[in-house]
Amino acid sequence: MSGPLRVSPAVPYARIMSVGSYRPERIVTNAEVCERIDSTDEWIRERSGIVERRYATKDETVCDMAIFAAEKAIAAAGISAEDVGAVIIATVTHPYPTPSAAAEVAYRLGTNRAAAFDISAACAGFCYGVALAQDIVRGGSARYVVVVGVEKLTDWIDLTDRSTAFIFADGAGAVVIGPSDEPAIGPVVWGSDGEQLDAITMTQSLIDFRDNGGERFPTLSMQGQQVFRWAVAEIAKVSKAALDAAGITVDDLDAFLPHQANMRITDAMVRAIKVPDRVVVARDIATTGNTSAASIPLAMDRMLAAGEIPHGGTALLVGFGAGLAYAGQVVTLP
Amino acid sequence: MSAEILTGLAEIVNEVAGVPVGDVQLDKAFIDDLDIDSLSMVEVVMAAEDKWGVKIPDSEVKNLRTVGDAVTFIEKATA
Repeated sequence: MSGPLRVSPAVPYARIMSVGSYRPERIVTNAEVCERIDSTDEWIRERSGIVERRYATKDETVCDMAIFAAEKAIAAAGISAEDVGAVIIATVTHPYPTPSAAAEVAYRLGTNRAAAFDISAACAGFCYGVALAQDIVRGGSARYVVVVGVEKLTDWIDLTDRSTAFIFADGAGAVVIGPSDEPAIGPVVWGSDGEQLDAITMTQSLIDFRDNGGERFPTLSMQGQQVFRWAVAEIAKVSKAALDAAGITVDDLDAFLPHQANMRITDAMVRAIKVPDRVVVARDIATTGNTSAASIPLAMDRMLAAGEIPHGGTALLVGFGAGLAYAGQVVTLP
Repeated sequence: MSAEILTGLAEIVNEVAGVPVGDVQLDKAFIDDLDIDSLSMVEVVMAAEDKWGVKIPDSEVKNLRTVGDAVTFIEKATA
């Protein structure tokens, strides 16, 4: 060897440059959900804070929704698709184990053969993606990374299951992460607790369904109270740790954008973390439902567009879900 | 001891669900009488765990039908 290996030139900081989102057109009210489950509008609102949600059409795919959101984020970042060096898609509802949704999206966006891969971290997926993208940019492996959280959960839930049917919905949100002159994404605090694999899982594997049949195609199942307890106790700690890691306190925040799992979880977390009234808290679940990996960027995009939270403001993001997996970080809003 | 636990529990139930402290009596059922739903019950249990340093597993929560059940459980767990 003639000398030390050359390595990618590192970039000091990364930031979220822009956000874009896609909400399917069709609005589904609690009354419509209750046509298939024994429940009421009042019960659903009390237990979840959900008033309505969006369902994609039968023909609308995970990749279609991801592209709508990513195109908006790329345009808002002021770059072109050819500048994108990597596409990361956080999803658990792309119907093909392989090839990845990201490869299709990178191609259809018109990137120049960008690196592309999916990550499976369920409702924590978007925050996992932001962490990975920041490391990719700072490590010099790509200059611009598109991170998309996208789900078509209506393909994977049992619309007659009264414990899940009213919660989950469809949508996509995307950000572009690129280099920054200043710190704009704090350290990620992340992890998993596989002891609670059963808390959110599928009723059976696709292979079991193929081999043993049975009437039920695999769908999501969830132990709501177990998840609630875990989220309120543990994710409050993760949130505090993410604030500590970034060297700020909850009083320094402009916005708190937790995964939109359930309004009651958000309320309990706000109490546990002692979020001051001045800090704007995402409550996008009311009209969007729980869109898993898509929920944080969907909330961020809507709240920025509505002027509810400031561009350049400081926000705490925290995702948590099946695995159980979690990730939180403080970011500067695009 | 049980009177102290009852008072502490009443404060928790009040904080979590806004139920007046005086309504939280030993013979009252959390769900049927005090209108505490399953998620609020989880919050009450978590706060009780913190306050008395006890462990109340999910499998046990469904046995705590009345305020008295909870007081007895916490009393035994802290004995």
